[in-house]
Amino acid sequence: MVIDQTKMADLADNLAQMDEVKGRSLWQDARQRFFHNKAAVGGLICLTLVVLFAIIGPYFAVWSNEEIDWAIIGNAATMGAPSIANGHYFGVDDLGRDLYSRVIQGTQISLMVGIVGASISVVVGTLYGATAGYFGGRLDGAMMRTVDILMSIPYMFVLILLLVIFGRSISLLFIGIGLISWLDMSRIVRGQTLTIKNKEFVEAALATGVSSFTIIRRHIIPNLLGVVAVYATLLVPLMILTESFISFLGLGVQEPNTSWGALISEGAGTMQYGTIWQLGFPLFFFVVTLFSFFFIGDGLRDALDPKDR
Amino acid sequence: MALLDVKDLSVEFDTKDGTVHAVSGVDFSLDKGDTLAIVGESGSGKSQTVFSIMGLLANNGRASGSVTYNGQEILNQPDKQLNRIRAEEIAMIFQDPMTSLNPYVRISDQLAEVLMVHKGMSKKAALAESLAMLEAVKIPDAKNRLNMYPHECSGGMRQRIMIAMALLCRPKLLIADEPTTALDVTVQAQIMTLLDEIQKEFGTAIILITHDLGVVADFCRDTMVMYGGRVMEYAPTVEIFDAPTHPYTRGLLQAIPRLDIETEQLNAIPGNPPNMMSDMTGCPFCPRCGFARERCSVELPELVQASPTVKRACHRPVDELVTEEAPA
Amino acid sequence: MLNFILRRVLVAIPTILVLIIFSFLLMHSAPGGPFTSERPLPPEVMANIEAKYGLDQPLWKQMYDYVIGIVTQFDFGPSFRYKDRSVNDIIAQGFPVTLTYGSIAFVVAVVSGVTLGAVAALRQNTWLDYFAVGVSIGAQVLPNFVMAPLLVLVFTLYLGWLPGGGWEGGQIQFIILPVIALATSYMASIARITRSSMLEVLRSNFIRTAKAKGLPSRKIILGHALKPSLLPVISYLGPAFVAMITGSVIIDVYFSTGGIGQLFVNSALNRDYSTIMGITILTGVLTISFNTLVDILYAWIDPKIRY
Repeated sequence: MVIDQTKMADLADNLAQMDEVKGRSLWQDARQRFFHNKAAVGGLICLTLVVLFAIIGPYFAVWSNEEIDWAIIGNAATMGAPSIANGHYFGVDDLGRDLYSRVIQGTQISLMVGIVGASISVVVGTLYGATAGYFGGRLDGAMMRTVDILMSIPYMFVLILLLVIFGRSISLLFIGIGLISWLDMSRIVRGQTLTIKNKEFVEAALATGVSSFTIIRRHIIPNLLGVVAVYATLLVPLMILTESFISFLGLGVQEPNTSWGALISEGAGTMQYGTIWQLGFPLFFFVVTLFSFFFIGDGLRDALDPKDR
Repeated sequence: MALLDVKDLSVEFDTKDGTVHAVSGVDFSLDKGDTLAIVGESGSGKSQTVFSIMGLLANNGRASGSVTYNGQEILNQPDKQLNRIRAEEIAMIFQDPMTSLNPYVRISDQLAEVLMVHKGMSKKAALAESLAMLEAVKIPDAKNRLNMYPHECSGGMRQRIMIAMALLCRPKLLIADEPTTALDVTVQAQIMTLLDEIQKEFGTAIILITHDLGVVADFCRDTMVMYGGRVMEYAPTVEIFDAPTHPYTRGLLQAIPRLDIETEQLNAIPGNPPNMMSDMTGCPFCPRCGFARERCSVELPELVQASPTVKRACHRPVDELVTEEAPA
Repeated sequence: MLNFILRRVLVAIPTILVLIIFSFLLMHSAPGGPFTSERPLPPEVMANIEAKYGLDQPLWKQMYDYVIGIVTQFDFGPSFRYKDRSVNDIIAQGFPVTLTYGSIAFVVAVVSGVTLGAVAALRQNTWLDYFAVGVSIGAQVLPNFVMAPLLVLVFTLYLGWLPGGGWEGGQIQFIILPVIALATSYMASIARITRSSMLEVLRSNFIRTAKAKGLPSRKIILGHALKPSLLPVISYLGPAFVAMITGSVIIDVYFSTGGIGQLFVNSALNRDYSTIMGITILTGVLTISFNTLVDILYAWIDPKIRY
């Protein structure tokens, strides 16, 4: 559940050691390497399928996610199994609701949480890290010491505390999850910025009187893209995991909304009655998506790492 | 019988992109107390040649041919057998003293373990012997150094420690892989002087690997010039300097900056070292050689005895090279 | 060294204070008081309750009392939900349970993870290596809330070997599944980190030197390779510890162990602010102390760190 920090640091180092932004050729090279990586391409295909399922899936649904099938309710174990005939492709849940529609909704929400959470953490982490690294000195010291301190706080508890106090809303969940994980991002970005800052092209820009803001925007950020892209890809599954964790406890997404974590929780609660599909389907999508993201992230990292070339 | 006899040594590496032929068909031999320099640009296969002798190739490397030490085959032998040769008979000094010592182990332990393993000494005796050796390589305040970690010493100091470590078992042959490359110029000279003294004092045979012909001049009796994994010229050092018979050797010699002749620019050899991946048909130096003829690009020149003392691998006769103007 | 330890501890203390104050302020910024309910209480009753819990005092006074209570007596105050119990009572009831299986799981994860990773690195590209890599990749997507139901499905529902929940004073058969569910993904991470760092160390120059010295491979691995290979593992122990404390919430809830995690979630669902705060602060203190310990351990092992 934790991104391998040493590998990320290596990637950052190696990217920083390249002489200059090689612009397009770096990315072209990387794309070629990425598409030679079978696991990464497989992950990309699986992920595309999952996303398509979340988008197109609803058009094939016979039942909505809130509708209760009164013919089945109470007999989910015997009559609720997956069946094409009655339109419950994935069976029904404990309350007789269509699991196919529920899984689609769960997929939409979990993917959304993952992407929104990762974006928040990337934006905050990059800005924070780039600022600290670029301005350096005391500001850097203070900012990084703050990160050190924040890192030693058990976030899940604080997040749950937040959810309890301010009510369990999806938007708070999105923001809270995003704000948990920008710390590592900011550390990596800071390190990378420090290296880039000392490169000749930045010195040249400084010498010709280009403003700090422009330098950050034109020189620092573009050079950070590689690391940030890889990190973001690896963050999405972590965000999904975090959301699922909270929803599994019943503290995250609230009914009638659902997410993978909530569905897995429900499925796990009822599996002893023989309704194994209630656990199986959400778990399948959860596992496939996480695998895909991890493989894509690893593939991107290897593709962008100039050392192995 | 020669101390070390290398015959038709080749080293290949399997990589994702194909097989790299790092060393191809290298022959040389060394007698007791001999000094041999192996010279070439980075990537010419000189380091891999000696790594294969010591059984230190990376996991994806394969060596073939034959290497005998005192008549005993040592190439591709199991570690158990090699460990009786390593340090006891053949010791090695590496290029980068900063990373070649273990940063997490005290210098005393790194030295003493050699004697404890090979000579069965007690820790106390081994430490005393290690101290003596540190003093022999002129490390000031050796007693305190023993208790330090490598990062607490300067680069030159670490290289001296490496040398002391290599000499602990009084090996018959010392292989020094670019021992001065990572060091300051003044320290370089000190280290070379030290090696010279050791050679004279212990009668150790030395193989010195370097890309810097200047280092070789007054230290090694013989010089072997390598390029693209092959031997280009193999002759007594004096003759190499007086009358180099190979275009590549000449290029190397001209590349040494000289203070006594004023020049506008340094005479680098044009072009880049070859891609070792492709199977070469002709002479590896051909694309960069100012004397190349058509034949050079299709037929590999053999290493042949050009005179009683000089071996060279070049299609063009020596006198033809003399009459022509060397490439700018 | 002593100096270094002292400095680390001096950093840890304000961190803990910040955490306590932050939690306190957070609670007080909650919309509505902790006793707001659907049925409004008569004002005099409300005033009584507020006086009892010290809520009529000015904010700084409340905060001061709260912090002093924790710092001097480790007293988290009364529970806002259960009139007759203090937060300390609640924690004392659940903490030993979580601590028991949590520490077992932590040791299991570290020992088996390091062993698996080291063996994989030393036998690179053999079936053992592939097995270890496979396990660690697979376990990435099997977090504890997935492992727990799967384990119960197999070992309780199908095989019937082990109970699927409960604690019963910590009998061995009740501990096994929680430990496995909690340890698996961290064991996998530790194995992955150990493997990659050991492979890197084995390729390093100083290992080549050790080989050239003619040392037997056992001496090379134990004397030269092991220590540097373990450094990344040690720096991972901090995050792993946090993650396992967090994961114990799932385990406590799913296996109904009565551990502190279960109490935490119950309090969260009941809006029992003081208990949530107490548990959050307790885990915070644990994490910060553990991280400090890890830092010291790291500095002790790595001679390059200057203190």
